[in-house]
Amino acid sequence: MTLQCLIGAKFNDFVLMATDMSHLQSIMVQKGDDDKMYKMSSNLVMAVSGEPGDTTQFAEYIAKNIQLYKMRNGYELAPSAAVHFTRHTLATHLRSREPYFVNLLMGGYDTNTNTTELHYMDYLAASVPVKYYAFGYGGMFTLSIMDKEYRPDLNQDQAYELLKKCTSEIKRRFLVNLPKFRVRIISKDGIKDLPHIVAEGEPA
Amino acid sequence: MQARRYDSKTTIFSPEGRLYQVEYAMEAIGHAGTCLGILANDGVILAAERRNTNKLLDDVFLSDKIYKIDEDVACCVAGITSDANVLTNELRAVAQRHTLMFGEPIPCEQLVMRLCDIKQAYTQYGGKRPFGVSILYMGWDTRYGYQLYQSDPSGNYSGWKATCIGNSSAAAVSILKQEYKVGETDLHEALLLALKVMSKTLDMTKLNAEKLELATLVRKDDKTVITVLPVEEVTKLIKEHEVREADAEAAKQEGSSKKSDS
Repeated sequence: MTLQCLIGAKFNDFVLMATDMSHLQSIMVQKGDDDKMYKMSSNLVMAVSGEPGDTTQFAEYIAKNIQLYKMRNGYELAPSAAVHFTRHTLATHLRSREPYFVNLLMGGYDTNTNTTELHYMDYLAASVPVKYYAFGYGGMFTLSIMDKEYRPDLNQDQAYELLKKCTSEIKRRFLVNLPKFRVRIISKDGIKDLPHIVAEGEPA
Repeated sequence: MQARRYDSKTTIFSPEGRLYQVEYAMEAIGHAGTCLGILANDGVILAAERRNTNKLLDDVFLSDKIYKIDEDVACCVAGITSDANVLTNELRAVAQRHTLMFGEPIPCEQLVMRLCDIKQAYTQYGGKRPFGVSILYMGWDTRYGYQLYQSDPSGNYSGWKATCIGNSSAAAVSILKQEYKVGETDLHEALLLALKVMSKTLDMTKLNAEKLELATLVRKDDKTVITVLPVEEVTKLIKEHEVREADAEAAKQEGSSKKSDS
């Protein structure tokens, strides 16, 4: 279980991803504008947490391979195929002398089938398609809210509000300070940034 | 002797800038049984001439020139059969490796491209002879739908609507060029066209179901179905083809006699 928090939720025509913006080193915050999301292709985002260093190395390795595929073949890898490739790579490294310690969420929009996709993957390379998920201690506070309030037909504003609810609960109940979240939306129009969520409210 | 100096090595250009071994390999295919492929609106077909028909031959193999490669791809080969076996094995391995890596069937062109990389390598790396095999591939993928490709010993490949390899392929291609109606050919018409071309180019007086292999690839209920037609069905198609030819002949006769009347 890590202090970093990754949240993802899949709706009918878009996927929302939110990651906390604190970069931690032991008990110290190194910086407050970290980006834990990596762009894989025009319609696919990977949010990564885990061992710092492993996260960047792994995400970039996958991203560059997906780009290489596009250059070789003239079209992009479908999100489901990209997720499968990621799982395969992670599983291969897990059984080597240099495993990557990374947990990740991959959210994308398949322009061929016009469907949204969200996949959970942990450092043991278990890959599961999910409707919503949250990694880290933050997940303990947010999953219950999602369980109660998630509906696949929420519109963009409603979904953003739901995320806000999750982050303010983290602020209220979690010992560690995770004040800001970076939010991205993935839809048929590609990947877009939404305004950062600054968690509101007093600690309980 | 001098003239043959450049014959034996695949890797060496002759002074005229040619690679003789590669050219000889292509020549070998010119003598192989004819294979032809036609793209239809609702599927793809392959037709192959079966050369070694002997009643003493054990019929364990339903088809010996058309191979299923993957869920969505089948191919038919012209050339040295033993070489072809190596390549079809490789094709199957390539397809499965892709599925292992990406969890989806390999797109057609990628499969052809991978195999051509191997074919090309054998024209360049020392001491080996190239594969004496041309291949026709029929396939389907989510991006480009039904497809037909051809590859030759040099490692070149290309996509086609209708094409032919092997014995008298030039004649067959020119007939296809005249007869193939772009965008108006359905699977049944494609099969009949294949028979027409085969009957004109093979040195047989009458088409024989024993000497022909026909395979179709269609999508049914979101699944690719590849079928090698059984002998009875080929016989039925040949009958239909013959009736049609006879009708065309009769119409021609009538037309010319009318002309002479007026």
